[in-house]
Amino acid sequence: MKNISMNKILLYAAILAAGLAAPLVVPAYTTQISYLWVMIVLAMTWDMQGGQMGYNSLGNIFFFGTGMYVSAVVQIGLWHPVGDYTYAGGVNLFEFTASQYYIGLAAGIAAAGVFCAASAYPLGWVLFGLRGPYFAIGTLGVAIAAGELVGTWEWIGAGSGISMPPFPSANPDASKFTFYFLNFALVIATFSTLAWLYSTRFGMAINAIRDDEEKAEGMGLHTGRYKRVNWSIAAFFIGICGAIFGNIVGFIEPLEVAFQTVNFGIFMVIMALLGGKGTLWGPVIGAVVFHVFKEVTWTYLLGWQWVALGGLIVVIVVYFQEGLMGWMMRMKPEWFGIRVEAREAAQ
Amino acid sequence: MTSIIEVGNVTKTFGGVVANHDISLKVEKGAITGMIGPNGSGKTTLFNSIVGYHPIDSGSIKFEGQEISKYRVQNIARLGLVRTFQQTRIYGKMNCVQNLLISIPHRKAVFWDMFGRHRAEDRDKAEHLLEFVGLYEKRLLMGGDLSFGQQKLLEFAMALMNEPSVLMLDEPTAGINPTLINGLIDRLKRANEEFGITLFVIEHNMRVIMNLAEHIYCLAHGELLAEGTPDQIQNDQRVIDAYLGAH
Repeated sequence: MKNISMNKILLYAAILAAGLAAPLVVPAYTTQISYLWVMIVLAMTWDMQGGQMGYNSLGNIFFFGTGMYVSAVVQIGLWHPVGDYTYAGGVNLFEFTASQYYIGLAAGIAAAGVFCAASAYPLGWVLFGLRGPYFAIGTLGVAIAAGELVGTWEWIGAGSGISMPPFPSANPDASKFTFYFLNFALVIATFSTLAWLYSTRFGMAINAIRDDEEKAEGMGLHTGRYKRVNWSIAAFFIGICGAIFGNIVGFIEPLEVAFQTVNFGIFMVIMALLGGKGTLWGPVIGAVVFHVFKEVTWTYLLGWQWVALGGLIVVIVVYFQEGLMGWMMRMKPEWFGIRVEAREAAQ
Repeated sequence: MTSIIEVGNVTKTFGGVVANHDISLKVEKGAITGMIGPNGSGKTTLFNSIVGYHPIDSGSIKFEGQEISKYRVQNIARLGLVRTFQQTRIYGKMNCVQNLLISIPHRKAVFWDMFGRHRAEDRDKAEHLLEFVGLYEKRLLMGGDLSFGQQKLLEFAMALMNEPSVLMLDEPTAGINPTLINGLIDRLKRANEEFGITLFVIEHNMRVIMNLAEHIYCLAHGELLAEGTPDQIQNDQRVIDAYLGAH
């Protein structure tokens, strides 16, 4: 047992060191790795419902877009009237000092997380009444509706979007590194939180809901409470993720960037499936493989990249639903502690 | 003897089908009560009504003197009234120990208990109960990988873990091989005597129910046909007719 935990510590230390050193060692890939952290956060938070709890949400992207917009409104609204800013297109007329920028960024990110977590709870009251495919469609509906509504809301720029406050430094590397480390901190926070959550009663309870929700109800489990809290925690991290992402992109608009149901909204599902849903490491591994595949095809198969991606999705959904971790668990169950063990052996 | 469950004039229909008509019965506290009846006579429907899976059309259901017919499933379970299923239901992708750990009573659970860890005494109890039902060696296997009979035993252990005051068992011996059945009867009796759990059992196996129960109700066509001790039921001509189809 001691060896295993020692190995674990070494593994975590190595990942941490690699993550911190990456922008210095391979500066050319900083943006790509930064996006990888975003992908991991999206895959892990999707897996909280889709993998661990058996509720396949297609609407988690709602929190991504909402976080992005909440952060934008806070970042601008702290210093300037939001309506005037968006009406003017944000350019040149409105100045942000460096301290205004950083205060706004911190407040925006915090507000995005809190707002999304708070809105997931009441949404859960309504949506968790739906089961199976109806839940997937219901959540997808929320995300699409949000995109359309934001697209008509003039105060936050409607379909023309919002130009985010510019990063207060002319050096492009400064903003790249800042957001890299913000994303890295977020992925560490998300992973640690979920690793802890899955080790408590919470993890077991949502697994029970996945395996047989009616049974869990029959045993007196507070199923509704667990489901809403689960979504709320996921929404907190997705909201923050969206807030950071909006600042990286620099220009946000409702359908392509914020509530992008067809891109990130589907990617998060595919990544979790590819790595193996319902496991702690599955979504992480899936996100890495998926991201590398995507970057490689975008570079070497340009023109056919969407075809390649579609092909990958079809292959995963049709032939490889168990994912890499699921496949390993089937081939080597004893690695995961699934074994017959007599009383003598235990002592 | 006081009764812990009182069913009074319960009627339940599904569209035009009258599944339960004007049924009244009592389950004595601390005893083992049986319910028999041909297939489709409304036994499981009555179980479902008692534990709140569906609303009843009319009548009353009382648990420890409290009217529960309007309560929802979880609330009734938290009062201490737990049932097992005819089609066994366990958590398939969790191992046996986890299946038991998550079945601890949730009666007094407050919000922050969600993030609590499992206490050592819960683990001890889980292992003790797995030993009690004879699944100790398989405790690290996934629930879904067990045989049907073993899953029944696991479900029984989960129910005991929940520390109910009344345990309602829907055909506990169906699908279990004859040698295991004797062991199960023995364990049911011990659960009743040692843990003081009141049992209410639906059973098709006459040998089992006659051995187990002190008082038996017989349903047929959604109505209460007869009640009495095992001897009285065995010799009741109406019961024999119902089972042989002479209606």
